[in-house]
Amino acid sequence: MRKVKSLKDLDQWRDDILLKQKRYEMTVSVCGGTGCHAYGCKKVRDQFAKGIKNNLMDKKIRLRFTGCRGFCERGPIVTIQPHGIFYQKVQEKDVPIILSETIGKGKVLENLLYEDTSTKRKISSEREVSFYKLQNRLLLGNNGLLDPAKIEDYIGIGGYQALAKALFEMEPEQIIDEVKASGLRGRGGAGFPTGQKWNDCRHAQGSPKYIICNCDEGDPGAYMDRSLLEGNPHSILEGMIIGAYAIGGSHGYIYVRHEYPLACQNGEIAIIQARKAGLLGKNILGSGFDFDVEIAKGGGAFVCGESTALVASIEGRVGEPRSKQVHTVNRGLWGKPTNLNNVETWANVPLIIERGSQWFSSIGNEKSKGTKIFSLVGKVKNTGLVEVPMGITLKEIIYDIGGGPQDGRKIKAVQTGGPSGGCIPASLFDLPVDFDSLTQVGSMMGSGGMIVMDEGTCMVDVARYFVHFLEEESCGKCLPCREGLKRMGQILDRITEGEGDEESLALLEELSEVVADTSLCGLGKTAPNPVLSALRYFRPEFEAHIHQKRCPAGVCTSLIQYVISEACTGCGACAKICPTQAIVGEKKQVHRIVAERCSKCGSCKDVCKVEAVMVQ
Amino acid sequence: MDLKSVDFIVDKYQEKRTALISILHDVQDRYRYLPEEALRMIASRLRMDINEIYGVATFYKSFSLVPKGRHSITLCMGTACHVRGGPKILRELKSFLCIEPGQTTSDKQFSLNVVNCLGVCAIGPVMMVDQKFYGEMTPIKARRIIEKINNKRSGVKS
Repeated sequence: MRKVKSLKDLDQWRDDILLKQKRYEMTVSVCGGTGCHAYGCKKVRDQFAKGIKNNLMDKKIRLRFTGCRGFCERGPIVTIQPHGIFYQKVQEKDVPIILSETIGKGKVLENLLYEDTSTKRKISSEREVSFYKLQNRLLLGNNGLLDPAKIEDYIGIGGYQALAKALFEMEPEQIIDEVKASGLRGRGGAGFPTGQKWNDCRHAQGSPKYIICNCDEGDPGAYMDRSLLEGNPHSILEGMIIGAYAIGGSHGYIYVRHEYPLACQNGEIAIIQARKAGLLGKNILGSGFDFDVEIAKGGGAFVCGESTALVASIEGRVGEPRSKQVHTVNRGLWGKPTNLNNVETWANVPLIIERGSQWFSSIGNEKSKGTKIFSLVGKVKNTGLVEVPMGITLKEIIYDIGGGPQDGRKIKAVQTGGPSGGCIPASLFDLPVDFDSLTQVGSMMGSGGMIVMDEGTCMVDVARYFVHFLEEESCGKCLPCREGLKRMGQILDRITEGEGDEESLALLEELSEVVADTSLCGLGKTAPNPVLSALRYFRPEFEAHIHQKRCPAGVCTSLIQYVISEACTGCGACAKICPTQAIVGEKKQVHRIVAERCSKCGSCKDVCKVEAVMVQ
Repeated sequence: MDLKSVDFIVDKYQEKRTALISILHDVQDRYRYLPEEALRMIASRLRMDINEIYGVATFYKSFSLVPKGRHSITLCMGTACHVRGGPKILRELKSFLCIEPGQTTSDKQFSLNVVNCLGVCAIGPVMMVDQKFYGEMTPIKARRIIEKINNKRSGVKS
């Protein structure tokens, strides 16, 4: 790898890379995100590599193994440029045909194209796919253009140009002013103005100053940070170096969850490459500025996403938060001023520096600027990562991008903000998605999880799920959170088991108030949100559990039983699949479920072709 | 117990106390759990109190002080997997393997773990067996995957 010692070197390197890339007539990109990995993208990639080599096409065709493309549900995804062909659900066996037909003869293979769910039309280009059409993929878009393990790819698309601009054309204060003017707010959830945080840290007393990137993406149902760090790690490094220069930081950490091995690996590779290239370490690009970054791994504790707990964890201690009377910008890592931002926040920084604050603030709405990545998951047709301008409505995200309900059942709510957020009912789907609107209705933006729920989702069960989640993850330092959540969990357990009484809901509300008011850190303070929002919008569901001992969604196992109706054709599929052999009946006769043996797993309902299995 | 690897791992992180969590991860990868002897050795090499190390090793969920099975089954209990039926799969695995999450089967073949989120939410419910992801799980699919691994071991054709 070459070492760049000046701005001129960087430009020269980029020119050389582009010249080299021009030699190729075609680029085949195979998505290597974690979702596609589960569908076997590695085999697809290997098959392409073999095929290209065997056909002596390696001088003409470039094979790229990219980061996550977002449309995970349709993986493995393969795109072919410059034609712009978008193939989905590509399997190993399809590769030779793609090589001979599409690459050899320019023929588009219909069976691998995406079929529009409403018009049933086959779509050949990525831009025309409804999932992508409404998106504005400023950050995620680059994932498809580069191999995360190759710094050359990032340099080729203009990477580290923003850093060069910051180092050679701007003063640190100017950078902070630019970030302030852009209106960028922290993407970790709370939405604190980034420029202001940088300014506070720059003027904080003490040295050295530390820069931290928070990739402890603990919110269940959210994985945008993972995809950014996996798919485009250099953009995060570039953001961090610019931030460090503006703040006066000399050392940085990327704190990554241990559950994200590929993110750790790609982050590590990027750091090593950037060091070798002279973009990290001493005298970056010959500017005289020194800064280095290392990866710190988490240990599977949700609370470590909280800044003071994260700092304790990097120090090698138990991840317990402390009171925030003194902020981490003043006393953070080892008692020194520390600036901590989320992965997505850092990834926005190079864009703002390169294209200017005015351009950035033109995207979004009044108080929330730029784009936000959401992980659109749950009971929705098109699941994956979506990047949209702030201010777009929930309806547009769920119905236009997400394609509406997954299996015909009516969507009733969307959960945002993870365990600190809440459930927003379908009646409020015209709400613009920004920091303030979501908070107003009792939820929050959070890091960007968006879990769609339909009539088959029990809101009491969801509330119970979150409370148990947080009870398990509470570090135990303060009493309201440790004991309060435990009691809330017990009350909710009783309700789902059909043993709730008149006082349950009032007690639940009272406890929620105490836990929120008196807990030490953000985990406890926001813990009651999922319960309170569920009670606010779905109270009748709670009441049905308590008064009628009935679970309307058919989820709470103590309150339901599976039965087979007269519609049964006696095919025997259910009896065959039943793990507890609870289904009896003669062939071609109506079958019966023996209630004592039934584990209520629902496998019979999933497998029944005539919908004869019912929940009562 | 051969503790050479522990020495090697601590050397790799230059005896830095701040690398404690990374050191514990590497040691666990090597021994499939955190043996007491290894923790004592780390304590002496990092000049830390063993209690402090025990505190860290028990606070973070990724670590185990008891030996793990040959195959690790990790089931995602994130919200997206939950609403798509993750709990049903957990019930099935618990009854099939006769263990609770965090435990290992008596033949030391399988360890069952649940995690908050594996970050593959789009294709939930997700299960990970020995670092390999399986998406869109159902109780029956999950059981078949385990059976297949088991059969491979005992030489039965599946």
